[in-house]
Amino acid sequence: MADQTPSIAVRVTEEDFDTGAELARLEALPGGAIASFTGLVRDDGGLTALRLEHYPAMTQAQISAVVQQACARWPLLGVTVIHRFGELPVGARIVFVGAVSYHRVAALEACAYLIDWLKVSAPFWKQEIRRDGSRGWVEAQNADDARAALWRRREGRLDPI
Amino acid sequence: MADLTILYFAWVRERTGLDEEHVERPPRGTTIAQLLDKMSSHSEGHAAAFAERGRLRAALDQQFFPLDTEIGEARELAIFPPVTGG
Repeated sequence: MADQTPSIAVRVTEEDFDTGAELARLEALPGGAIASFTGLVRDDGGLTALRLEHYPAMTQAQISAVVQQACARWPLLGVTVIHRFGELPVGARIVFVGAVSYHRVAALEACAYLIDWLKVSAPFWKQEIRRDGSRGWVEAQNADDARAALWRRREGRLDPI
Repeated sequence: MADLTILYFAWVRERTGLDEEHVERPPRGTTIAQLLDKMSSHSEGHAAAFAERGRLRAALDQQFFPLDTEIGEARELAIFPPVTGG
């Protein structure tokens, strides 16, 4: 299974994306099991937009490294990761992750792995822009590090769950 | 040897007031943390940016490294808060 090289697309862009078109690209690959995650700007009372800053020279390489790790771990036929930057209003799409495999478990697990690792290893920083005009940087969540660490533990050497 | 380029992101950029700066390469064996100690005297902004050491993360030539890593031959150092993408 999955002897062929997976079809990988990684985009770091200010532009919006069409979730349906991205899923259609993945559905056109052999495999038959597609899992995806789309993250939007949440309306956290008083928020008008998020501004995402990133480290251009590093971002694409970090995301590609996470994708390679997922491909080494599950028999994937395709992966798409899109991460936006710039100023994104409430309701805007921020991130898309899609994974194709032969069976649902691999697709679902790979999708969760990709977004969990992107959160802790892709060099993006979110700034909140609030209705009163004030701005504040979003603090990193310990829970995100814990989720990523969980995948490391599941690799078997420590504490399998 | 070439100077060292330092990039700042998010509130570290805001506090230093700089996107990037170029500094003389520190002596061999200098760690990232030691360089930040030295650079804290450059301005009040640098001092404010580098004061909360536990909230800083770093990359050398676009790879994450802990602050106690020696800068070595790296050409680019980046200093930033923990990432919050996704």
